[in-house]
Amino acid sequence: MEPGKNSASARGAIELVSVTKRFGDTVAVRNIDLKIPGGAYCCLLGPSGCGKTTILRMIAGHEDPTDGDVLIDNENVVGKAPVERGTAMMFQSYALFPHLTCRDNVAFNLKVRGVAKAERQERALEMLARVRMREFADRLPAQLSGGQQQRIALARSLITNPRVLLLDEPLSALDEFLRLQMRGELKRIQTEFGISFIHVTHTQMEAIALADMVVVMDQGRIEQADSARHVFERPRTPYVARFIGGQNVMTGKVLERRSGAVLIDTGGKQLLVSAPETLPEIGASFGIAVRRDRVRLQRSEGAPAGSTLNSIGGRVSALEYQGSWLKITIEDAGGEDFVVNEADSTFFATPVEVGDIVSASWAPEEVHYLSAASVSR
Amino acid sequence: MALVLLLFFGVPLLVVVAFSFFDYDGINTNPAFVWANYAELFGSKVTLALYLKTLYFAAIVWVITLLIGFTVSYFLVFHVRSVLWQMGLFLLCTVPFWTSNIIRMISWIPFLGRNGIFNQALMGAGITHEPLEFLLFSDFAVIVAYVHLFTLFMIVPIFNSMARIDRSLIEAARDGGSSGGRIIWEIVVPLSKTGIALGSIFVITLVMGDFFVVKVMSGSHSASVAMAMSNQIAMVQYPPAAASAVLLLIIVSLMVAAILRVVDVRKELAR
Repeated sequence: MEPGKNSASARGAIELVSVTKRFGDTVAVRNIDLKIPGGAYCCLLGPSGCGKTTILRMIAGHEDPTDGDVLIDNENVVGKAPVERGTAMMFQSYALFPHLTCRDNVAFNLKVRGVAKAERQERALEMLARVRMREFADRLPAQLSGGQQQRIALARSLITNPRVLLLDEPLSALDEFLRLQMRGELKRIQTEFGISFIHVTHTQMEAIALADMVVVMDQGRIEQADSARHVFERPRTPYVARFIGGQNVMTGKVLERRSGAVLIDTGGKQLLVSAPETLPEIGASFGIAVRRDRVRLQRSEGAPAGSTLNSIGGRVSALEYQGSWLKITIEDAGGEDFVVNEADSTFFATPVEVGDIVSASWAPEEVHYLSAASVSR
Repeated sequence: MALVLLLFFGVPLLVVVAFSFFDYDGINTNPAFVWANYAELFGSKVTLALYLKTLYFAAIVWVITLLIGFTVSYFLVFHVRSVLWQMGLFLLCTVPFWTSNIIRMISWIPFLGRNGIFNQALMGAGITHEPLEFLLFSDFAVIVAYVHLFTLFMIVPIFNSMARIDRSLIEAARDGGSSGGRIIWEIVVPLSKTGIALGSIFVITLVMGDFFVVKVMSGSHSASVAMAMSNQIAMVQYPPAAASAVLLLIIVSLMVAAILRVVDVRKELAR
């Protein structure tokens, strides 16, 4: 009944087709299409209430979509029980059975499947060894730390040999140190088992660090589904750029068209920025993103904003030392924040102080254009 | 606090124990230290019969109240979604307790009697042709009254411990492929055992110590340990009644100890 091998990397491909989920009058998920390749580490990323957990629960079979289909390995699984889907879910609170030892917790799902006692005990111990918890086999969950409980929960989910593992904010209950450690552990286990991991999180860096595929969500919609690198370097919408962070997002209405550039009105100031070959119409919405670490800071009194191409002027409003780099926040003429991340060596060669007038500029090739439709929204 | 316990709990208990060793000749009670009351108690075949009958009631009532209590709690906790409905239905369970025990018990009499509502309804519906005799003044009536009076003592503690079960445990079990029955047996029952133990203690001690329900509902056809004691007291035979009370206290204490041995209530409550 269960596929015995983990080798096939195509196992656990998931497809959502026009999936909508309503709870009474509220729409949690709006007409979503998504394809996740088998064996991928996929992170669903978004603020709380964006519908990411609902999607996870619909893949798991703990919720049914109001509309649309959920396919696992090209088979429609809507209405099927979790067991029939070959999925396993790891709960945010881990949901370990408090009255059972770790070994019995891990063996529980085998017991349900009628595996004989000796065999299931042995397989549970094997699985505990794989998550490096074998010596804790006879402890109760309450006697373990958060990280250890999570390993047990992971072992319990994996023992049934699922093709998809669904993780609901698995790292949110851990402290910073353990979170980094378990993050590595999750990735190691996913690679080892070669199955799909769908991981719900609201932490950007967690998603970037782990995922082959990041799905950024907002208000029940998918804003962007892409590789981690693309989501970070080439956010499609201002929302994604702001949510992932590390970017300066500038949006506004086009005032003037020049050769290879446009003058935009951001609401509080005017900016002259590079534009794509086909220039946007006058009055159209236009948005760009520039990475904070690709901006150069000029110490001299900056040129007034709007007159120089790809540059912004303002006053340093905050400095944050981050070790190898500094986060310099500039308040521009329009009262908006613009952030420059500068390497520590560059900064300390000619430091600036809060209150200094500076300007920041960037090369035209560093400009990333955001999709016009998303900017006007 | 200790003083209150000593005054209202310790002293009366000592008096009862002391009385159980007093000498009595049918009319007068004299301070003494004799084993005669206990010898009489253990020598009598009636004692064993009374205990067996009382244990029989306790066992049947325990099983029925446990089944009802568990089912009602399970329904309230896991099937009633809104908290408002949950509390509403829970309060509904307690409504009968707004009247006195005696009234609730006695109101069964016109219902179950030979010409009672139940018999008339059965005959009216053509199910029976003559009144059922076993309904009232029988063991059946005693058990009905006990169950009615004591089920709430089972519901409240079980509801309480069930309500504290994390819902995600049920979901995790279902995710792993458990059926509803297995979830109840392997997850809900073990995690409700504190409530089950407390409820069992309430029900068993209440039945073991009862004399009034047996007396009224059996029409004095049945007897219980406490009923025999009450008869002795009515006849001013205090020392044998005291000896009987001491024995009952020991037996009930042993039963409670046995329940607590199976379920470590203190550990579970601290969980």
